[in-house]
Amino acid sequence: MEVTLQNLTKIFPSRNRKSKESVTAVSDFSLTIPDGKLIGLLGPSGCGKSTLLNLISGLEKPTSGRIFFGGDDVTELPPEVRGVGLVFQNYALYPHLTVLQNILFPLENLKGDKKLTKQQMLEKANEAASLVQISEYLERKPSQLSGGQQQRVAIARALVKMPKILLLDEPLSNLDARLRLQTREELRRIQRETGITTIFVTHDQEEAMSISDMIVVMKEGVLNQIGRPQDVYDEPVNLFVAKFLGTPPINVFRGRVESERLMIGNESVLEVKGVSDREVWIGVRPEGFIPCENGTLTCAQTAIEVMGRDMTVVASHPDCENANIRAIISSEMKVCESAKEARFDLKPNKTFIFEAGSGERIACGPVPLA
Amino acid sequence: MDRSDYDRIERRDRRSQRIRKTVTYTLLTVWAIMVLFPFYWMVLTSIKSYSSYNSEYVPKFIAEAPTIRNYIDAFTTVPLARYFTNTIIFTLITTALMLVVTVLAAFAFARLEFRGKNIVFTLFLALMMIPSELVIITNFQTITDLGMRNTFQGLILPSVTSVFYIYLLKENFEQIPDELYKAAKVDGTSDLKYLTKVMIPICRPTIITVVILKIIECWNSYVWPRLITDDQAYFLVSNGIQEIRENGFGRENIPAMMAAVVVISVPLIVLFLIFRRKIMEGVSRGGTKG
Amino acid sequence: MKNDRKAWLYLLPAILFLGAFMVYPLVDVLVYSFEEGYNSASQTFMGVGGYNYSYVLHDPYFLQAVKNTFILVIITVPVSTGLALLISLGLNSIKKLKELYQTVYFLPYVTNTLAVGLVFMILFKKTAYTEGMVNMLINLFGGKSVDFIDGPYWAKMFVLCFYTVWIVLPFKILILTSALASVKQDYYNAAKVDGASKWRIFTRITLPMISPMIFYLVITGFIGAFKAYSDAVALFGTNLNAAKMNTIVGYVYDMLYGDSGGYPSYASAAALILFGIVFTITVINLMISKKQVQY
Repeated sequence: MEVTLQNLTKIFPSRNRKSKESVTAVSDFSLTIPDGKLIGLLGPSGCGKSTLLNLISGLEKPTSGRIFFGGDDVTELPPEVRGVGLVFQNYALYPHLTVLQNILFPLENLKGDKKLTKQQMLEKANEAASLVQISEYLERKPSQLSGGQQQRVAIARALVKMPKILLLDEPLSNLDARLRLQTREELRRIQRETGITTIFVTHDQEEAMSISDMIVVMKEGVLNQIGRPQDVYDEPVNLFVAKFLGTPPINVFRGRVESERLMIGNESVLEVKGVSDREVWIGVRPEGFIPCENGTLTCAQTAIEVMGRDMTVVASHPDCENANIRAIISSEMKVCESAKEARFDLKPNKTFIFEAGSGERIACGPVPLA
Repeated sequence: MDRSDYDRIERRDRRSQRIRKTVTYTLLTVWAIMVLFPFYWMVLTSIKSYSSYNSEYVPKFIAEAPTIRNYIDAFTTVPLARYFTNTIIFTLITTALMLVVTVLAAFAFARLEFRGKNIVFTLFLALMMIPSELVIITNFQTITDLGMRNTFQGLILPSVTSVFYIYLLKENFEQIPDELYKAAKVDGTSDLKYLTKVMIPICRPTIITVVILKIIECWNSYVWPRLITDDQAYFLVSNGIQEIRENGFGRENIPAMMAAVVVISVPLIVLFLIFRRKIMEGVSRGGTKG
Repeated sequence: MKNDRKAWLYLLPAILFLGAFMVYPLVDVLVYSFEEGYNSASQTFMGVGGYNYSYVLHDPYFLQAVKNTFILVIITVPVSTGLALLISLGLNSIKKLKELYQTVYFLPYVTNTLAVGLVFMILFKKTAYTEGMVNMLINLFGGKSVDFIDGPYWAKMFVLCFYTVWIVLPFKILILTSALASVKQDYYNAAKVDGASKWRIFTRITLPMISPMIFYLVITGFIGAFKAYSDAVALFGTNLNAAKMNTIVGYVYDMLYGDSGGYPSYASAAALILFGIVFTITVINLMISKKQVQY
């Protein structure tokens, strides 16, 4: 089912009676999610992504804007008739019901011609349970399961009624690191097998990048960028998106453009044709550095971290926003560990230039200096 | 489902929500009136004059000629002021004694290590289950035998301890980290000083709660004062008002009686309105009435 | 050693008070209840045996008190718990004015039972001079006036139950509102998305989740209602036997003191019978709640 959000805005009245300020959680948000895809909704905590999820599920009504499922306007519909499955961050499994009873719960609510016989319900529940591989725990109470198993039960409960759309709110954040890795692949598999349009919310960019067909980056209720993970990584539209994606994070320098040359400090690092003189932010991905004896950028080298496959040159530069510059280079490169100074050339396709004020990306093709 | 189905569901959803809200508020308001009405009625009756009250065969909802006559009567023709002072004395002394006894005991249980601590504490907890009705018979005999009927000692002594408050305070004291105690010991602070200078200030919210609950309990206590006093000079407000009802004001002077009721009710209501949060929190932590 | 002594010193006041006014009386009341023909004045008794119990159990006043108490318990416990649940559900579903309602509902808790009981008495009473407020309402709806205070038994029982519910409700509302508020919103959201109806959410989620608190309220409600006394005094005066409105606790005190008093042995026996009843019912309640409360 294709999901379309049209100019969606949600304003919460202020909780505190003294301050009259209201909070805009989601602001003029428009987005189309294609059928059958897995979408990662990404942003720092408090950016309104959970609110967006609640708007899609119908738990909250938008202040303005419309929501469409396929061709149907569902903006004013209560959650139960929208046909969405929702998995909560803390799973919200009913503690007094067994796993099986938890999974059966949504089916028992069906009314009218959708009503199922006891037999049909059990079949569906078993099907969902085996899809998430928890068939052996059906008679247990949620408190007798591990976090990962509870998570699976929650997914089974959301899937059992064959929702048109599956919504997951921070599905992995309550799991430990190892389990998280395993579960996210599991999530990918389940989504592929069922083909249900799935939207999941996360603040972990690595998680979103690794399994999503598309990621949606939002900040303070505003949509910043949407696209395939690699595309967003390679072509961030602004400084925020560039900083938010990638580990280690992008290295940001204060710089300026002077007669079509990109300057950091007194060194001109790249040539930028057609850009007028101005102050800019320069973002360089860690893999965007080429160590070079007479490189254009001079940094003070602090340490070399050897990782095996590649290594990191840790350095610093007075105009760099990050405390440390991290440059990832192939371990075959020769670098001197005791050197006080590191010189780099910058890869033009790994270097992004942003307006100093707005942080918007300046579209230009930087090229190495002639 | 097509468009019209959606519209129908939308409309039904909105309407049912409105109806639910209206019903909820109506219901809540009805009960609020049920709660407030007796208070309104007692104030109303207390400002009606004796003659106008008695001439209203069908009671009126407003006082046409409000008077404070009844309040003057309440303080002059019956010893209401006496009952009032007695209750204040009783409440203050009982609460103060209770506080000393329970704080000391709670401190011992929470902070000090001694042999038999667990057994003694279990016995204390077991006492929580004993209904006061069982022990009151012997206490009545004891106090009578000691010749303390119609005295403040007789009223106060059996009302001093409360195992529940010891328990409540002990739980609270135990939440203070051990490091504070060790730090104080290193600085050469005595146990008693540690209790008064560190533990009590830290646990002040709980102590205030306990004090307020005890005050409410004292102000409303009826059975014990009724048993142990038959001299009006030692009556508290509860048995005082009962005395007023049965033998006060000569003729059945209901407005004057209501004035007395208002006077008795006001202190606790004021206390409640000031410490609303604390009282409700304290009560929900386990204090049952009576 | 030194530490031990110090600790006992801190405990001493509590132990003295509890020993004198709780532990000793507990033993003593048992002794009393088996001492036959005890005379308060001379403090002598004639023999030891179960006569006191048999006397009490055959005393028509006691039987009346037992009957009254049971009726009161059977009516007020379910009514007050149900009503409190209803009101708490209402309170929990609103935002505006919630605190105001909560404050108002709590008021009866901080009132003097005896004093406010008098207000109820004049509201319900019918005298030669006045119909009384409640009878006025009854007349308004075309009913016939009843004297609720000195009239027929059912009417008196009704007032007693009504007043008891009015008095005990604040505590129950308070406990249930906080129990309801502690059920995480996520459970409701999950159920809503799954299309559960309001009624189903209530029976399958809300009720099971707050069932421990409901059982707690039922148990304390039973205990409290069995010990009813001062509400009855407030409404009907101290001579409850004459009004046929006595309760078991009232019977105990009447045996101890007042015009009918001077019989601590009978009082002790009656108090122990009451304790037995309360204890049995509490145990039964606990057994049922073990079965029902599942997590």
